[in-house]
Amino acid sequence: MFAYILRSLAQGVLVIIVVALIAFSMFRFVGDPVASLAGQEASVADREELSERLGLNDPIFIQFARFLGGAAQADFGISYRQGRPVAGLLAERLPATVELAVLSALFALIVGIALGVYAAIRRRGVIANIVMVLSLIGVSLPTFLIGIGLIYIFAVELRWLPSFGRGETIKIGWWTTGLLTESGRKSLIMPVLTLGFFQLTLIMRLVRSEMLEALRSEYIRFARARGVPERVVQLRHALRNTMIPVITIAGLQLGSVIAFAIVTETVFQWPGLGALFVNSVQFVDIPVMATYLMFVAFVFVVTNLLVDLVYYLIDPRLRGGLRRGRP
Amino acid sequence: MSLRKSAAFAAFLVAVGLATTGLTIAAADAKTVRWARSGDALTLDPHAQNEGPTHALNHHFYEPLVLRDPEGNLVAGLAASWKVTADPSVWEFKLRPNVVFHNGNPLTADDVVFSLDRARQPTSDMKGLLTSVASVAKVDDLTVHIKTNEPNPLLPNNLTNMFIMNKRWSEANNVQKPQDFKNKEENFAVRNANGTGPFVLVSREPDVKTVMKRNDKYWGRGEVPLEITEIIYTPIKSDATRVAALLSGEVDFVQDVPVQDIERLKSTQNLRVNLGPENRTIFFGMNVGAADLKSDNVEGKNPFADKRLRQAMNMVINRQAIQRVAMRGQSVPTGVLMPPFVNGWTKELDAPPAADMAKAKALMAEAGYQNGFSVALNCPNDRYVNDEAICQAAAGMFGQIGIKANLVSQSKSLHFPLIQKTPPETDFYLLGWGVPTFDSEYIFSFLYHTRSGKFGSWNATGYSNPDMDKLIESLSGETDTAKRNAMIAKIWAQLQSDVIYLPIHHQVLAFAMKNNIDVPVDPENQPKLKYVAFKK
Repeated sequence: MFAYILRSLAQGVLVIIVVALIAFSMFRFVGDPVASLAGQEASVADREELSERLGLNDPIFIQFARFLGGAAQADFGISYRQGRPVAGLLAERLPATVELAVLSALFALIVGIALGVYAAIRRRGVIANIVMVLSLIGVSLPTFLIGIGLIYIFAVELRWLPSFGRGETIKIGWWTTGLLTESGRKSLIMPVLTLGFFQLTLIMRLVRSEMLEALRSEYIRFARARGVPERVVQLRHALRNTMIPVITIAGLQLGSVIAFAIVTETVFQWPGLGALFVNSVQFVDIPVMATYLMFVAFVFVVTNLLVDLVYYLIDPRLRGGLRRGRP
Repeated sequence: MSLRKSAAFAAFLVAVGLATTGLTIAAADAKTVRWARSGDALTLDPHAQNEGPTHALNHHFYEPLVLRDPEGNLVAGLAASWKVTADPSVWEFKLRPNVVFHNGNPLTADDVVFSLDRARQPTSDMKGLLTSVASVAKVDDLTVHIKTNEPNPLLPNNLTNMFIMNKRWSEANNVQKPQDFKNKEENFAVRNANGTGPFVLVSREPDVKTVMKRNDKYWGRGEVPLEITEIIYTPIKSDATRVAALLSGEVDFVQDVPVQDIERLKSTQNLRVNLGPENRTIFFGMNVGAADLKSDNVEGKNPFADKRLRQAMNMVINRQAIQRVAMRGQSVPTGVLMPPFVNGWTKELDAPPAADMAKAKALMAEAGYQNGFSVALNCPNDRYVNDEAICQAAAGMFGQIGIKANLVSQSKSLHFPLIQKTPPETDFYLLGWGVPTFDSEYIFSFLYHTRSGKFGSWNATGYSNPDMDKLIESLSGETDTAKRNAMIAKIWAQLQSDVIYLPIHHQVLAFAMKNNIDVPVDPENQPKLKYVAFKK
């Protein structure tokens, strides 16, 4: 088990470095940071000098090696756009994104599983069918449209919820949270709904189809024949066996929710990593883009590893394999 | 979010009002203005970035020697008066007495000398505006002499965003130079400010929120309204969210209003939209200098080098249609590359050429291109108001005389390098140009002069006319205003007949706000909230 984790982490480091390399080779397609950094009056020579000072005239591989050398010492450089160290900048933005992502993942998971189970059990029920139709909308509506729609209803028309920002936050060490103030909690509602909606419908549809599959299988029929109560059959035997694919999808989705909350964050002016990344791309802020993409790769590596570990907890067959020394 | 806070603050003010005067104060307003625009200032360091939104915010903390009021007039800032001395290449600036920085230090000539030297450091982005300055010297505590390389009658025009910092504060915080990206440390001036301006920085979270309160010791309190007691500045990137925040009452004043929302906001009760021309002209440039174009289908020659063809293109652009279709009426069609505030502007130059399809076709035939040709048209899609839509509309119009413009639209960070590279990598492009000095010379030097040294850095047309270059260069030394203006008129006459660029329109700015405040449109899109008065 321990060796397995170590091996996964070593592979993860490789993945992160490869992602950074690919990112670096892509940056020249994003544009030239000097175009945004130098003012209108800068002469051709001024721009050339700035480009030289930033090391942009060096070959991509040298720039990449320099960045990696700094990163190994936890120095990710200075943001071109904000003139501040990148590590601090990301650390400052991380709590907003994590809070949003974890809450919307929980929302999606709890509501998604509940609705999915319900829709599977009451397969022919009216409510279940309405939920299924609504879930189609959730899968197909673009996130920004949901966000704008919510803003229009709850901020502009009803004026119940704030349309942008995080509200008041409270600092706990280097972490900031909006959960402890009323305005912070209010500000979370719409972004969480927007970001979680797609995952919710995905999980719900997945749980439903897996449940239907499981309910048809033989062990369920045997359980019923043995006289096990229907509730226990459904929730203990059927649901538990649908969890492997659900955990896989939910786990991988958590990674993408943290990494790609970009649209939601932009719509709600949420001061998280996604919004920072969008601004950085527009400005061609290479140090921030490179560090962010490495961070995203890291998040995926870690969530994949966690998903693998959760399998062991859920599926006893895998635990048996582990005892025999096979991961 | 801060609704509750400001409501609480309002209640507090009412309570104070009741307690102190014993009278009810009608609708005790906290006089807080919540200001939103699409992007944040990049830094508070006044010399690190020469960029509109950065200057706009910094104008509240820092002040220049002279500045532009909302009408575009040059008015006194920290300088009480300024004049050219007996030596025509030395300007004398007399400072206002009794001005103090936010930290209490008095303003002296040392601060001015320090700041102008700081702005000329290699890591400063403001140095391009001070290339004519040879040295800055203190004469006495309130007098500064700026010596230029040759007589420069327009020096004050270059100083309107040149902010003055406190020398002692800068030395104490080790910010004698603007941020160098080679350093690993953040420069203290990036998130801290100590100026003489009308507002004092309370807190700053970049990209999130900047709070400032009124500077009660501001020298100009009698001269400007300065009624706002607190400003909460929040960037809101998404257009729809920004407008929603104004509609829902969460912000009071919004900049960068999308043109499609102007009508709706105008018709909303309790909201006001102020419209006014911006100091920015949008136009097409063409590579007229190259022997052959890279992106066209004509071999061995450059169609844009033929003036008749350029004239035909200028005639075929239907500027009214672009205004109506692409800009929803929010633009001022023009025939010259110069906004109306600029010295040298005349109504005659500004009049767009008459659309004349028959004549345009005849000119095309005369130039030998009656069968047309194709060429790539480079266009930004995130820089100017509806820039991509302008290009699409214009491409259709060029198509009417057989010029097939293949649109390549991309982000400004990819578009501008095409123009800035030497040699330029575009044959045909859209660009917008603002004139911070409010004088034609600025346009000539950057857009028409042959690219060399400090000249022509935005001239991607390859236009190179040695006689014209000489004329342009001679402007900077000419101290006789009448003579200089005559030269400017002469240069414009020549350039207009050469048809190097195809002007489209001047941009129009829209500021939307609650009815109880009136923020005048600033031609440079840098609203200065000290000029704002509340409606009684």
